[in-house]
Amino acid sequence: MDFLNALILLLNYIFVPALAYGSQLAIGAIFVTLIYGILRFANFATGDMMSFGTMIAILFTWYFQSLGLSLWFLPTALLALPFAILFMGFYMLIIDKFVFKYYRLNKSPPVQLAMVSIGVMFITQAVVRIIIGPSDRRFFDGEKFLIKANEFKEMTGLNEGLAIKSTQVITIVVTIILVSTLFWFLNKTKTGKSMRAYSDNEDLALLSGIDPKKIVMITWMIAAILATIGGVLYGLDKSFKPFTYFNNMLPIFAAAIVGGIGNPFGAFLGGYVIAFSEILLTYAYKKFFMYVLPESMEPDSLIQLLSTDYKFAVSFSILVIVLLYRPSGIFKGKIL
Amino acid sequence: MKKNLNVIVAYSIMMGLIILVGIFQSWNIALSIFNLCLISAVMTMGANIQWGYAGLINFGIMGFTALGGLAAVLISVNPVQEAWSAGGTNILLSLFLIIGIFLAVRFVLKRYQKSKIRNYIITAIIISGIIIIRFVSEPGIEAIEEVNPARTGFLGGLGLPIIFSWIVGAFFAGGLAFVIGKVALGLRADYLAIATLLISEIVIAIIKHEDWLTRGVKNVIGLKRPAPYEVNLQETEWFINLVEKFNSGKLALISDITERQAALNQFVIEGSSVFVKLCYSGLFLFVVIILLILTQKALYSPWGRMMRAIRDNEEAANAMGKNVVKQHLLIFVLGSAIVGIAGAMLVTQDGLFTPGSYRPLRYTFLIWVMVIVGGSGNNFGAILGGFVVWFLWIEAAPIGLYLVNLTTAGLEDTHFLKVHLIESVPYFRFLMMGIGLLLIMRYRPKGILPEKIEIK
Repeated sequence: MDFLNALILLLNYIFVPALAYGSQLAIGAIFVTLIYGILRFANFATGDMMSFGTMIAILFTWYFQSLGLSLWFLPTALLALPFAILFMGFYMLIIDKFVFKYYRLNKSPPVQLAMVSIGVMFITQAVVRIIIGPSDRRFFDGEKFLIKANEFKEMTGLNEGLAIKSTQVITIVVTIILVSTLFWFLNKTKTGKSMRAYSDNEDLALLSGIDPKKIVMITWMIAAILATIGGVLYGLDKSFKPFTYFNNMLPIFAAAIVGGIGNPFGAFLGGYVIAFSEILLTYAYKKFFMYVLPESMEPDSLIQLLSTDYKFAVSFSILVIVLLYRPSGIFKGKIL
Repeated sequence: MKKNLNVIVAYSIMMGLIILVGIFQSWNIALSIFNLCLISAVMTMGANIQWGYAGLINFGIMGFTALGGLAAVLISVNPVQEAWSAGGTNILLSLFLIIGIFLAVRFVLKRYQKSKIRNYIITAIIISGIIIIRFVSEPGIEAIEEVNPARTGFLGGLGLPIIFSWIVGAFFAGGLAFVIGKVALGLRADYLAIATLLISEIVIAIIKHEDWLTRGVKNVIGLKRPAPYEVNLQETEWFINLVEKFNSGKLALISDITERQAALNQFVIEGSSVFVKLCYSGLFLFVVIILLILTQKALYSPWGRMMRAIRDNEEAANAMGKNVVKQHLLIFVLGSAIVGIAGAMLVTQDGLFTPGSYRPLRYTFLIWVMVIVGGSGNNFGAILGGFVVWFLWIEAAPIGLYLVNLTTAGLEDTHFLKVHLIESVPYFRFLMMGIGLLLIMRYRPKGILPEKIEIK
């Protein structure tokens, strides 16, 4: 029984939250990796693009709520998602036309594009803050828990409860659907294959008649989908605050690089690597050992490897270690 | 003379703008803008050395700034004796342990051939060392943080004049840069950018949460000053006389004696804060000029030519027998050290150390905007960039307010759009920075004052 309790404890405090957080990071990391692989620059506006998409989704959510629309037990934001993605795609294309296109056509070095993306970051951040303000916003509605801790305790008779928030389930389900569709698209369809070819060798791809304009446009569209969905899932699970989104760029970058930048599958797994290591290393294992060990050996301290303050630092340290020993990431990067 | 015309014109316009702020807003504001412009100029010089001379992207400026600030705290604050006696031995022991681990790892690295076993041994040494250090340091840290937590709760510093911290800050930042450089300089440009950005976040996390060293988010306030205090100035004879002399014209107009005294008091209060800011300006200007002379000399020296050669064609420079790795490391350390000086200067001027205020947007990306806008590779350009961008950063809110009022003039004052826009005026500065950066990068990619190479 104690063993089961310990297991539920880990499931409740580590596995489920890390899986949800990892999914959110993974979507962002695929976004980064896609831009890096096809458009060939490190996009420092990642976090802010995600917050822009989320902002649009929130505005639509408010509009739908004022109309009285809802999705039964699901959050209204899911209904707003397609509209937000459309808007976001439009926004991405405008940015590309007025900002990135010039440098792409001039074949500027990636560093210059990265600098330009900082300009985009500033502007997007300003627009988001001017439109919706810098404050913390919750836009989740609908059923909050799928399984409540108390219900679980009653159901199983265990000491430890397992609470699963519906946002966590939504996150995981949406991620699975989104990522599998994306991989199917990249690997099986003609457009996806041409994207991969373009990423692998631009000149060769152009020679074989691939239209670069189309590739770039589709890339931005996919980026819009990823940015909006990733941002909305994070916002539903936690809350929407522009500054947090900007900061989330850092673990997302870490995830993309750890997985091997330019490699979507690596980025996908990188998200989970980062999320699990963050939570595993900062969790206090005292209770777990109380269940597992006999009473005489019970620990007095918290058995916490690192204080939770260092959550971000953990993922960055992993990144540094990976960069040192395998600069191309866990999965070899640069093959889309 | 003629070839430097654009430099002179650009700087005169900049100074003119600051003087205009002095006339229309107040001299206090103008001087505080000027001081922060000078500090920004030091930071941009550091970034410019790395990016403009050598083409290294350092997105870790925030971390080096914070380390400079930490130096200011550790140098100037008086030591907290109780804290030292409570937990000092544990901390010192941990320090020795860290050095011990470092030496042990080095020994293993030198002594044994590269192999899997060696890697395992090193990992084992580091992990066991960290565990031991935690056991040693934890009681010490707890004891230190319990000593009068409302006022101290940390070890304090050395109690030296704060000016020394400018040099120490440079050493701190340079030391960190050495470690980072050893680790990360081999990476490609954009990887390096991301890696330095993340490492600087780690530095901030440590500064924020190691309360025994830095007081963390509880902040350190009331640091020593290299300039006199306003309150003392207001009571000194010569200063009052000086203010009286300056304002004699205005004072002569007031006939009533008590009123004149009141006016004089007002002038003295205003004058004291202006005077203090002027003291800082003098100190900062001194640093900027010395650094400018040094960096200009370096730029036109054989070493500067070599750096440009490495920047423009690494392989060719390598083939000519230049040690690219070593030079990159050197310039990374030098540039970061200059940023460290700026960090210490910033804390000196504020008189307080707030780890929570170090954010990448303000301390990394804004500095980069300054370098790009001003002109990378040109020291005068970088300094000008610091001035222009900081000036805009501060004055963006008034300009934004003016623009909002102008565009919404047709709307009533209570109209929701107008109210909303006026509330969000502070964010117009981000918009301005972004648009400015994009326009400069598009239409004047070399910055306001472009790099020019003259062979002397």
